[in-house]
Amino acid sequence: MGAKQAEGREVMLTQEDTPLRTVTAGKTLTVFLDGDIDHHTARLIRSRIDTKVYIQRPDELILDLSRVCFMDSSGLGLILGRYAKAVELGIAFKVANPSPQIRRILDLAGTERLIKIESAHPSRRAW
Amino acid sequence: MAKAKPVNELRCAFPSWSANEALARSVAASFAAQLNPTCEEVSDLKCAVSEAVTNAIVHGYRDSAGEIQMILKIYADRTFSAEVRDRGVGIPDVEEAMRPLFTTDPEHERSGMGFTIIENFMDSLRVVSSPGKGTRVIMKKKLSMLPIQK
Repeated sequence: MGAKQAEGREVMLTQEDTPLRTVTAGKTLTVFLDGDIDHHTARLIRSRIDTKVYIQRPDELILDLSRVCFMDSSGLGLILGRYAKAVELGIAFKVANPSPQIRRILDLAGTERLIKIESAHPSRRAW
Repeated sequence: MAKAKPVNELRCAFPSWSANEALARSVAASFAAQLNPTCEEVSDLKCAVSEAVTNAIVHGYRDSAGEIQMILKIYADRTFSAEVRDRGVGIPDVEEAMRPLFTTDPEHERSGMGFTIIENFMDSLRVVSSPGKGTRVIMKKKLSMLPIQK
């Protein structure tokens, strides 16, 4: 199986193009991620967030994880990468509402030393 | 920890396409369901399997595509075991690869936390690799004591 063949199939298996769900309040951009964040989905999510941020240039970027069902180290890479981009652009960065499983992954990497993580009132969370 | 003979076993093989990461962890979770695991245990198993399969795709078959084998086993003492095999490039220095935050691929935002997550979410992790031949990642976790449903 050649790399080229795999690449073609990869495109075929790529998920439908669903728009990024975001809310803008003043100069704060909140991105609501959902579903599974793994190596397969992270690439698309990453480019969508970056495009939105470059166009909108918010003062603050919040990644809301309340509807994320699954995340592995690729999601961690995505979060740390967005943090690095935000620092580069002088944008404040926050992660909101991680599930306990996601929280464990964030804690394993010592994410809180760099990134503010906050959980809203339980009623505002998806579960 | 685990006895030599598993009470159930599942072997599957799939191409190293990233879409199969979700498939692999779903298969592992479905197979482990026989042990009536807690939600947290299912999350742990799914995450660990996802890390191993992603490693095979991203690092094992970096510039190519190939076959990934996944062998799942359940033992009478409620141990779940997953082995992920690839015939990719292999890891020259396994000890270094297992170090937290070590990555050979920072430009693609790899966090270098894959093996660390497996080690933390499972009871044991063994990585056998030879450069040019491939890698085997074997991980085990004994699930909490609830009777196996018949």
